[in-house]
Amino acid sequence: MRLGLRLTVWLNVTNFTAKGMHRLENTSIISLQNIAVSFDGEVVLKDFNLSIRDGEFVTLLGPSGCGKTTTLRIIGGFVKPDTGDVFFNGKKINDLPPHKREVNTIFQKYALFPHLNVYDNVAFGMRVHGKSESKIKTAVNEMLNLVNLKGFAHRNVNILSGGQQQRVAIARALANEPKVLLLDEPLGALDLKLRKDMQVELKKIQQQTGITFVFVTHDQEEALSMSDTVVVLDKGAIQQIGTPQDIYNEPKNAFVADFIGESNILDGIMHEDYMVEFAGHHFKCVDKGFRPDEPVDVVIRPEDIDFVEPDASHISGTVTSVNFKGVHYEIIVDVRDFKWMIQSTDFQEVGKKIGLVLQPDDIHIMHKSEYSGMFGDYSTFSDEMDEDSQPQSEEGEVEN
Amino acid sequence: MKAKSAAAPYAVWMSIFIIVPMILVVIFAFTDKSGAFTLKNIAGVGQYSNVFLRSIWLGALATVISLILGYPLAYIISHINVRRQSIMVMLVMLPMWMNFLLRTYAWMTLLEDNGIINNVLASFGLERLHMINTQGAVVLGMVYNYIPYMILPLYSVLTKIDGNVIEAAQDLGANQRKVFMKVILPMSTPGMISGITMVFVPAVSTFIISKMLGGGANLLIGDLIDMQFLGSAYNPNLGSAISLVLMVLILICMGIMNQFDDGENSGGGIMI
Repeated sequence: MRLGLRLTVWLNVTNFTAKGMHRLENTSIISLQNIAVSFDGEVVLKDFNLSIRDGEFVTLLGPSGCGKTTTLRIIGGFVKPDTGDVFFNGKKINDLPPHKREVNTIFQKYALFPHLNVYDNVAFGMRVHGKSESKIKTAVNEMLNLVNLKGFAHRNVNILSGGQQQRVAIARALANEPKVLLLDEPLGALDLKLRKDMQVELKKIQQQTGITFVFVTHDQEEALSMSDTVVVLDKGAIQQIGTPQDIYNEPKNAFVADFIGESNILDGIMHEDYMVEFAGHHFKCVDKGFRPDEPVDVVIRPEDIDFVEPDASHISGTVTSVNFKGVHYEIIVDVRDFKWMIQSTDFQEVGKKIGLVLQPDDIHIMHKSEYSGMFGDYSTFSDEMDEDSQPQSEEGEVEN
Repeated sequence: MKAKSAAAPYAVWMSIFIIVPMILVVIFAFTDKSGAFTLKNIAGVGQYSNVFLRSIWLGALATVISLILGYPLAYIISHINVRRQSIMVMLVMLPMWMNFLLRTYAWMTLLEDNGIINNVLASFGLERLHMINTQGAVVLGMVYNYIPYMILPLYSVLTKIDGNVIEAAQDLGANQRKVFMKVILPMSTPGMISGITMVFVPAVSTFIISKMLGGGANLLIGDLIDMQFLGSAYNPNLGSAISLVLMVLILICMGIMNQFDDGENSGGGIMI
C-alpha cells in the first residue's frame, strides 16, 4: 500500500511539492552525537556530531581514510561506535541491528546476490518482509522502470555491465522503501561519461522520491553538483558543513580550500576589518571579525584573478608554465618565489612578465588551522603533475 | 596448438588407464567364460538388489550425516581468523595422512565387544553395547573416513562468499536465519554438490569399511565385486556386470545432482 501511494506521489508533481514542503519542516531524521570510533587503536572518528534533515541530499566528502565510509556504516548499523549515540527520528538506535533499521545501503561494489536474477535481487527485501508476490511483481516492475532496466527482469546479474549492476543495486534498495538511502561511493567504479549520467539520474530519483540521501564520495565535483549539503571530512573530524556554494566560496580552513577546487593559499595578516596584508601589500577585502593583526590564511581562487601589464599592479611576476585545459588555460605565475595558479581563457606566453589584479570580493580570509602551510603554492606544479602539489585530494582520485 | 600438444600425454594416459579398462569392463559384463555374448551376467545382478539397496541406503545415510556434521564446521572455519583457518583445515585433513586401513582397524579395536569403549563403559558399571558388525558401525566408518571430502569443498565456497553480500542481505531486512536460508545456503550449493558427490560415490562402493566394521551380515556392493574377482565366488564376468550397473547408478545420481546445481546457478542465464 505504502509503495503504491508513494509512487503516485512521485508521479504527481504538485503533490510532491506539497510533501517536500512538509518534509523541510521536519527536524533531523538522523543525528550522530559525540561519536568516536577506533579500529585497532587507530582513531577513525573523533567527537563526531552530525545532523541530517529529512529529505536532504547530504554528501560526506573527503580523502580516503577520512572516516566517511565509517560514518555511513554507523548509520547503517554495521559499525558500533565506541562512544556516542545514533538517533533516528529522535529515537536512539545504537543497539538496533542493520536488518531492523529503516535505512538501505547501496554498496561500493554493488553486492548483488549472484545466485539470483535481476527480478529476485530487487524483490529480495520485499520477500524478506513477507509481501505478497503480486505486490512484489508490481513494485519490482516499477523499480526497474525507474532505473531504466525495463525488460532486464530475468537477466543473470553476473553478466550485466557495471552501470547496469549499479542500477539493480539502486532498484533493490529503493524497493525496500527506505526512509534514508546510504550510498557508499556508488559511482566510483563507473567511467566518466556514465558517472555524469548517473549523477543526474540519482539526483532526479532523490527529488522524485523525497528520500533522504546520504552520499559518500571523494570526488569534490560530484559532491558540489549533487548535494543540498556537503560535509567535508578529514582525519575523522568534520572540517566544514555547508551548501556547495558555502563550501566553495567560504572555505573554513586551508584543507577545505585546497580539497574543493584549486586555491592559492597565502600567509597574511588581518590588520583590521576589511583590510588584509599579504604578498607584501595591503588589500581591501570583504571579511571582518578577526582579532587586530591576526595571522590568517588568504585564499584566492585561480579563476578570480585577472591579468594586467606588470606596471599596473602591486603583484607582478613571470609566467613559468601554461597548460591548456579545454575551457581555459592553467597558468602558473612566479611572484617572488610564490607560484600562483591562474585560470584564464586568455593565453599567456611562458617567460612573459605580467601583473595580477584582485578585487576585494575575490579575497577570502580564513583563521589559521592545523592545515596552515600544508598546501602552499603551486611550486612543484609547473614541472610535474598536479598530484604532487596536492597529495590530499589526489590520493582519493587515484582510487578511480 | 601448443596447449593441444601439451595435452597429448594426458590423452594417451587417460585412454590406456581409463577408457580401455572401462571398455574391458563392458566387454566382460556382456560375455561368459568362453567369451560369447550373453545377458546372463546383467540379469544375474538382479538377485543382489538387496545389496544394492543396502549400499545406497547406507551410503546416502553417511552422506547426509557428513553434510549435517560438516556444514556447521565448514561454516565456523570459514568465519574464524585466517591464521586459525589454516590450522583448522590442517586438522580436518590430518587423519587423511594416515593409512585408510589403519584408521579403520583403529575403529575396530574401539568398537569391539571387548574393545576400548566397552571397557570404559564397564569400568563405570554401565552395560556393554554391541557396536561392531552393525550397520551403525559401517555408517560411522564411512562418515569418519569421508567427511573431510565434505568439509573441504564447503569450506572453499563459504570463504568465497563476499561479506558485502551478507551485509546487503541484512541491510534489506534479513535476520540471521533469513540471511542463512536465502543467501549463504543457496550460494554454497556448488560446494554441497561436490561434497555430496565426493562422499556418496566412495561410500556406496566401499568394501573395506563394511568388511571390517560390518562383519559378514552387512555385505555391500564393493564386497560383492571384491568376492567376484578375488574371493571364493570367482566370476569376473558377473563382477564386471555388477560394476557396470553400479557405475550407471552413480552416473544417474550425479546427473540428478548436477541438474540441481545448474538450476541454482544460472536460472537467469538460461532465459537470455
